[in-house]
Amino acid sequence: MTTETTKSIFFKGVRDAAPFLLVVGPFAVLFGVVATQAGLDAIEALGFSVAVIAGAAQLTALQLMLDQAPTLIVLASALAVNLRMAMYSASLTPYLGQAPLWKRALVSYFLVDQSYGCSILAYELHPHWTLRQRLAYFWGTVAPICPFWFILTVVGAKLGGSIPDWLALDFAVPITFLAIIAPMLRTRAHVAAALVSVGVALLLAWLPYNLGLLVAGMCGMITGAEIERRLVIKGAWQP
Amino acid sequence: MIDTGWLWLVIIALGAGSFLLRFVFLGLIGDRPLPPWILRHLRYTAVAVLPGLVAPMVVFPPATGGVPDPARLIAAGVTLAVGLWLKNAIGAILSGAATLYILLYLLG
Repeated sequence: MTTETTKSIFFKGVRDAAPFLLVVGPFAVLFGVVATQAGLDAIEALGFSVAVIAGAAQLTALQLMLDQAPTLIVLASALAVNLRMAMYSASLTPYLGQAPLWKRALVSYFLVDQSYGCSILAYELHPHWTLRQRLAYFWGTVAPICPFWFILTVVGAKLGGSIPDWLALDFAVPITFLAIIAPMLRTRAHVAAALVSVGVALLLAWLPYNLGLLVAGMCGMITGAEIERRLVIKGAWQP
Repeated sequence: MIDTGWLWLVIIALGAGSFLLRFVFLGLIGDRPLPPWILRHLRYTAVAVLPGLVAPMVVFPPATGGVPDPARLIAAGVTLAVGLWLKNAIGAILSGAATLYILLYLLG
């Protein structure tokens, strides 16, 4: 077995997360462009990306603000998109729960889909890692993702005004979301949750302030959880 | 369009809320186990919220004044199909965008 130094584990994290820059980079540029077209300047777009670091939630909030939805609806819908972060937080706790509070706070701030996905997989594969090594790996996964999230948001904001109409950029947002959703549909429960959400959202699309989305989200979650529960009882659950 | 004061209010509140969601277990709850039914619902949040967000954008696109548009519907279908097939977000985005441009050119 090769000896692993903390430094080599950090760079392993960098290498594992780096390919995701191909997804995150264009998404950050897209957010910058959409934000400019919604009337935000580069500082405001960057403020969004630094405060939230979650593209889907940022785009949701922006879309609802353009529809002049009430603040509470904007926040509730965008935070609903981010509820999965609470699940990430719960699942990393057994591995990082012993770290000092300020380090856990810093990890929380940088907890994004890519840093979580890489880290949880690595922690399961390397149960002998010390807390220090686990943290080094986590920072390794953050390094090629989060700084570029900020920088490329600004690049997108600067490009924003110069995107021609024929690029049909209005449809970049749904296409990006669909591409993110497809790989999530791993089980029957996930597929059912998504289908119920789509059905309810379309039926309730006439409701003001995208209230239909909140109802659709709740119906989808309950559907997914209930189907999982029944499959577990039947012994047919394969996560 | 979007009022500046309102924008910063949303940015700050959304930032704080997102941080709390990420910090809630790691920082506050620590090693105490969660009730399984909560974890079970949390597992489906993304897959329940995002499709509901996208569906109206695909079926009633604002760019056509909310009238369903064959080019956009087919492009969305291709994106989803390629994403399911390749499990690759970049491939799905590129195929969806290519489909959209070809159809907008042919039908436009």
